[in-house]
Amino acid sequence: MTEVKKSFPIKGMHCASCVRVTERALKKTLGVKDAVVNLASEKATVTYDADNCTPQQLAESIAKTGYTLELEEKTDTAIKEEKRKELRNLRNKVIVSLGLGCLILWGSFPGLIQTSPAFLQNFFVQFILAIPVQFWAGFAFYRATIPALKHRTANMDTLVALGTTVAFGYSAIVTLFPQFVKQAGIEPMPYFDVATIVIGLILLGRYFEAKAKGQTSEAIKKLIGLQAKTARIVRDGKEIDVPLDQVLVGDTVRVRPGEKIPVDGVILEGESSVDESMITGESIPSDKTKGDTVVGATMNKTGTFTYKATKVGGDSMLAQIVKLVQEAQGSKAPIQRLADIISSYFVPIVIMLAFVTFVIWYVFVGSLLLALLSTVAVLIIACPCAMGLATPTAIMVGTGKGATNGILIKDAASLETAHKINTIIFDKTGTLTNGKPEVTDVISVNKLKEDEMLRLSASIEKGSEHSLAEAIVKEAEKRKMNIESVTKFKAIAGHGVEGLVGKYQIFLGNRKLMEREKISLLSVNTEITRLENGGKTVMMLAVDGKLTGLIAVADTVKESAKEGIKALQRMGIETVMITGDNQRTANAIAQKVGITRILSEVLPDQKEAEVRKIQAEGKKVAMVGDGINDAPALAAADVGIAMGTGTDVAIEAADITLINKDLQSVAQAINLSKKTMRTIKMNLFWAFGYNIILIPVAMGILYPFFHILLSPIFASVAMASSSVSVVSNSLLLKRVKI
Amino acid sequence: MTPDKIIVIFLGFVGIGFTYWYFLMKKDNAVEVESSVDIAVDGGYSPNTISIPKGKTTTLIFLRSDPSSCLEEVVLPDFKIRKFLPLNKKVNIEITPKESGTYEIVCGMNMFHGKIIVN
Repeated sequence: MTEVKKSFPIKGMHCASCVRVTERALKKTLGVKDAVVNLASEKATVTYDADNCTPQQLAESIAKTGYTLELEEKTDTAIKEEKRKELRNLRNKVIVSLGLGCLILWGSFPGLIQTSPAFLQNFFVQFILAIPVQFWAGFAFYRATIPALKHRTANMDTLVALGTTVAFGYSAIVTLFPQFVKQAGIEPMPYFDVATIVIGLILLGRYFEAKAKGQTSEAIKKLIGLQAKTARIVRDGKEIDVPLDQVLVGDTVRVRPGEKIPVDGVILEGESSVDESMITGESIPSDKTKGDTVVGATMNKTGTFTYKATKVGGDSMLAQIVKLVQEAQGSKAPIQRLADIISSYFVPIVIMLAFVTFVIWYVFVGSLLLALLSTVAVLIIACPCAMGLATPTAIMVGTGKGATNGILIKDAASLETAHKINTIIFDKTGTLTNGKPEVTDVISVNKLKEDEMLRLSASIEKGSEHSLAEAIVKEAEKRKMNIESVTKFKAIAGHGVEGLVGKYQIFLGNRKLMEREKISLLSVNTEITRLENGGKTVMMLAVDGKLTGLIAVADTVKESAKEGIKALQRMGIETVMITGDNQRTANAIAQKVGITRILSEVLPDQKEAEVRKIQAEGKKVAMVGDGINDAPALAAADVGIAMGTGTDVAIEAADITLINKDLQSVAQAINLSKKTMRTIKMNLFWAFGYNIILIPVAMGILYPFFHILLSPIFASVAMASSSVSVVSNSLLLKRVKI
Repeated sequence: MTPDKIIVIFLGFVGIGFTYWYFLMKKDNAVEVESSVDIAVDGGYSPNTISIPKGKTTTLIFLRSDPSSCLEEVVLPDFKIRKFLPLNKKVNIEITPKESGTYEIVCGMNMFHGKIIVN
């Protein structure tokens, strides 16, 4: 039996009895174990046996009761369809309103009026042409304004609705009651061109904005689109193709050359090279063989292999990446705070400024017409949208770009802080080095043979989780040694291990451990120094209180380390290495990668304190570690960067996770943050500057000096282009090189 | 000064005062919520302020009937949630606040605001 639990949307329910009917129908369906229907969410959660029941059968059972069970969550399709409809609708409205607006302009604009047919100069014709623009094309503004006003809130639609209504209303009065206007000493001249063209241009701006905004979240769509649709699993000796959501943990999956790997897992048989660029950003395919992990959504290149599914659905790496990017895009950058405060007061303030404008023009200039036109211009030109879009659009594009390069950013605040980083601390093992140390030297200093030394050391280290211990055990296994069991085992953090192997009391560890046990190292000091100067970590073995020998272990430096460090130094960032190794070993490794500031002999629990010490120097510190052992230090740093493989722990602990483990990505991440922040600052500068400069111009501040007065039509051009330019500027981030 | 100008000045002050009072002096009454709440998205969020318990999962069920693109996305920045709200389709958002305080609900363009008060 293959038990599956799945949610399906149900349409057509109104009350609790609908819930009972649909629940009963589902429960009666063959193969259904349990069904719970929720009226509020309009969803049914069904547990069923996938061998005996299909979603299609569930849909048929529900259809018989008069309701509809939707087989797929059609949200994405619905969103796409809604967006398409919105764009089509906007385009039609733009064409109609600009078309009619231009006809009105032709019949009313000085200079053009002489070339226009007589009927277009007729105010009544202009009035009739303006009606569909004002109330059909412009309906969206009223539709948004009225409920907003009921809630005592206002937005950009309120300003446009107010501005165009004033222009249209005045023109309608002039057209319908010219005598009345004449009596007031004003020439009856309508401004239908203003109302119609303003609506047309603002809708045009919205059309471009909607198109551009759709592209800001493209990265997530791309990531989701990477997923394979089906998987070929081996069940009862047969290979069958099943939809991705029916693959269970423990299933054996077969992948052939050129196929997408459907879910995460571990290779059981076969070997191949796998293109993981879509997840890690790393363009060179990696070789995989038995025991290696493979990640869902990556591409198998050459070989055929079977593997055991270990993570499916929401637990898979791709799902986690998508979730992380979505979360980052939903978070708020601290830099947005000022824009938030201003935008919450913005629209009411603009309405108040419109009143001020009208009063000043009417009282001091004495012109009702100029007072009206300036008031309309103020209402139209103000653009709160540009301020609202400045930060989130850049964050969306920036985090998306990061994800496609194997840089996962936890939230907007991390992305913001990263650009201020001036010091980066690297953990040595597993970060600067590959974290796979190997035994290089076994040196006996008394009669105990080297093989026996290694066997005893491996026996005691078998219970330890340290990477150095792993190297010793691996070496012993390679030499097919008989590893004994250990009793009274004790790991002493930052020192080493102790325990009983057979009749021997064993101590294996560093200098500190030997000092603690009062074991003299005088006879081997030269040897130790020689090994350490070569970048090797030396462990001393003492049996029954006497030094018996040295075991040296060395880790290889990552290929990307030197270049990665150089890139950061070129950016003016200080690099620091932190390690538990003694100074000489640390120096040797640091020299290889080009780091000059070294913090050696730091116990694991002191790393956090070291980070804080550097912060106390006034530095903005990033800590780069493997995300598991360094969690407290990562959390203490201003930005914690984990060189992870996308495991839960690494993602949780770090602000930024580099999936590809490539050290050059550290500089890329900082660079991405710098570029994103530059875009945000440019956007905010433009959005604020635009409103701060142009609102006073629309009010007529230039009129007393230069006789310049902004026409509402120009105001609408500026307004329409302001938010489009902000979104487009954010989209430029996609093209920058990081 | 002519009477019409005096009237315009007077009406201008009334307009400014009214705008200030209407938009900037409104008070929100929090709606107490136990496990789930329907939030109508139409010219803002209704209810606009909700009060929910700490440590419990509350489902916010958004239903957008306002076609304005301003409201097409809802953002709960403190919970790192940004969701598209398809027109006339319910969207469930579950939150489990771990700490007391006031959290905000905003639209994608940051023009409409609501509050979640966690006690």
